Amino acid sequence: MQDLGIRVLIEGNNLYRLMGGLLVTVKIALISVIISIIFGIPFGIVMTSKNKLLRLVCRAYLEAVRIIPVMVWLFIFYFGVPKLTGIHLAGDVVSVIVFSIWGTAEKGDLVRGAVTSLPKHQKESGKAIGLTNVQIYRYIIIPQSVRRLLPATINLVTRMIKTTSLVVLIGVVEVLKVGQQVIESFVLQSPSASFWVYGFIFFLYFIICYPISLFVRKLELRWKE
Amino acid sequence: MALLEVIGLNKYFDGFHVLKDISFSVEKGEVVVILGPSGSGKSTLLRCINGLEEIQSGQIKLNGEVINEDSTKWHLIRQKIGMVFQSYDLFPHMTVYENILLGPLKAQKRDKKEVARQAEELLDRVGLLDRKNFYPRQLSGGQRQRVAIVRALCMNPEIMLFDEVTASLDPEMVREVLDVMLELAKEGMTMIIVTHEMEFAKAVADRIIFIDGGEITEVAEAQEFFTQPKTERAKNFLNIFNFKEYKKGVDNNEKI
Amino acid sequence: MDIDFILEISSLYLEAGKFTLKLAFIGIILSLLIGIFCSLVNYYKVKFLKKIVNWYIELSRNTPLLIQLFFLYYGLPKVGIKLGAFTCAVIGLAFLGGSYMAEAFRGGLEAVSKAQIEAGLSLGLTKAQVTRYIIFPQALAVSIPSIGANAIFIIKETSIVSAISLKDLMFVTKDIIGIYYKTNEALLMLVVAYLIILLPLSLLLTYVERRLRYAGFGN
Ligand SMILES: Nc1ncnc2c1ncn2[C@@H]1O[C@H](COP(=O)(O)OP(=O)(O)O)[C@@H](O)[C@H]1O
Ligand SMILES: [Mg+2]
Repeated sequence: MQDLGIRVLIEGNNLYRLMGGLLVTVKIALISVIISIIFGIPFGIVMTSKNKLLRLVCRAYLEAVRIIPVMVWLFIFYFGVPKLTGIHLAGDVVSVIVFSIWGTAEKGDLVRGAVTSLPKHQKESGKAIGLTNVQIYRYIIIPQSVRRLLPATINLVTRMIKTTSLVVLIGVVEVLKVGQQVIESFVLQSPSASFWVYGFIFFLYFIICYPISLFVRKLELRWKE
Repeated sequence: MALLEVIGLNKYFDGFHVLKDISFSVEKGEVVVILGPSGSGKSTLLRCINGLEEIQSGQIKLNGEVINEDSTKWHLIRQKIGMVFQSYDLFPHMTVYENILLGPLKAQKRDKKEVARQAEELLDRVGLLDRKNFYPRQLSGGQRQRVAIVRALCMNPEIMLFDEVTASLDPEMVREVLDVMLELAKEGMTMIIVTHEMEFAKAVADRIIFIDGGEITEVAEAQEFFTQPKTERAKNFLNIFNFKEYKKGVDNNEKI
Repeated sequence: MDIDFILEISSLYLEAGKFTLKLAFIGIILSLLIGIFCSLVNYYKVKFLKKIVNWYIELSRNTPLLIQLFFLYYGLPKVGIKLGAFTCAVIGLAFLGGSYMAEAFRGGLEAVSKAQIEAGLSLGLTKAQVTRYIIFPQALAVSIPSIGANAIFIIKETSIVSAISLKDLMFVTKDIIGIYYKTNEALLMLVVAYLIILLPLSLLLTYVERRLRYAGFGN
């Protein structure tokens, strides 16, 4: 029989299945990013607090999350947590939890950087006109930090998408897993399927992440002044 | 034959005519001081002479040989032309000694022993032999400039170019650097010096070239230039450095 | 926790740890070389090569290592290019790390002032000599913190090579969990192993960063 070659991608409902897998990947990434932003902002602000102990605790969390590879965290939550607690979590839930923990730390550090790089007199002039601390953040610090933060945050999205590729290793059926299934079921009609399928997935990640990276660079250039 | 000859040099920066038809020559052993207001093109002229800036027309000759036509040969020409800049440009990752040896060893491929001896001799002459293993950041501005001069001298250049080498020094350090240059002049080194130190210029120069707006507007013996400048522009320029009439409590009208 | 069991498996982790380090080390060295090359191509705006380098950087930056490995290890043999798993991992790490190192060097190169370059040129050094003796050492010194951070990043990225059946720390852990069902012990050893590798490096990096910030050559 003749090898299907690149046509394996459009054979049957393969393309549809692969796209479905991609959707799972993107969904996990986006949910994790949203959670990371929601928790990361307060976390970052807390990291700038005057309370030394509080800062120390935050720092410890950040460093602990950072020093261990994400892959190891996935293992800990996928294999370790059920064993300790008896609660078994599905791979995609574990993924969202781990990526959110990781993303919160990263986002928090970005926020901390943006807030501490604001000149001090900004905060003081807010105080001088009688704003409360919350108001100072709401009206002065956060709006100014957003510009500094937006590019890095969008960057975090691409990092998250790339990291999401790991979830296949804890059994989530996403694009790479679907790819494997396609390759297996077409092993006879298309012996070269793994070249085309993995090449295609490589390409898919690229066309998702590249425009985002490009956009970030444009933003950075425009906001440099 | 003149050691250095510049003939009809024109230089543009993006259409802006910075140097206009510059011609002059420097004899062996001569000290030429270039004076002129800020932005008149003095630095650019020096940079053209050692190929750091491309020129659009004209010729530069060293010992009668045209040097500005083959851009691949500049590194060989530059070994004969020493240059010291206004900014302290010592290499921060090298000691004084390494700074001085780099050119002679790598560009000229000379014998290390011989270069080392010369380097120490030169350092001794500028009073910095005890600093030879220091890093630039451990030296004062004046010391750095003296090392920069030694670094250029150690290449045995035929001519030295100085671009406002004392301009960013604290006043008390200016003298130590100028003294080194005066010493060199006395020994017969050929030099082109851009400076704003008028007393120094008077003392060191054989000839003054006055540049304004990218043009040479006056060339004169040093003595003559300072006592009886020919052009109005040179007169005005020299007056800027004259504070006598602004002395506190002295009635300016007295003079008029 | 089963202490005896931990002692028993510790030799496995030692082996796997050595393997992880070896892989990471080769990956880091190759990344450095690629990074230096790419950043110099961009710095000197070398025609044509610059285009290739920039495409490489975009590809490397915008695709996950795991997919790169799958393509190299499972995909390429189908078109006649058979590479061993270790070779694939090394290529993947270098492909990924190279673009990160290029970025680190770019920062360093940009920090070298034009005046330094001109000072070198006016000594009669050739462009290549100026690059080697003046630009490169200064750029390297400025880039050291980013290079260190990238090295740590690359070590962490090795944690996925078990996906192409290389026997690294993750592989051993999965094995022990699968065979003995001693999940806690295996995970503990896994974390400890990574901490032993990464913690000293991370502390060293913090120290170097601090020193570089407050000092310079000659301190
Ligand atoms: N790299 C450059 N690009 C564009 N214009 C320049 C550049 N360097 C110098 N100029 C311009 O050329 C003129 C002469 O500059 P310069 O030679 O530095 O003057 P001087 O040394 O006499 O103060 C100035 O108007 C300056 O703005
Ligand atoms: Mg100047």
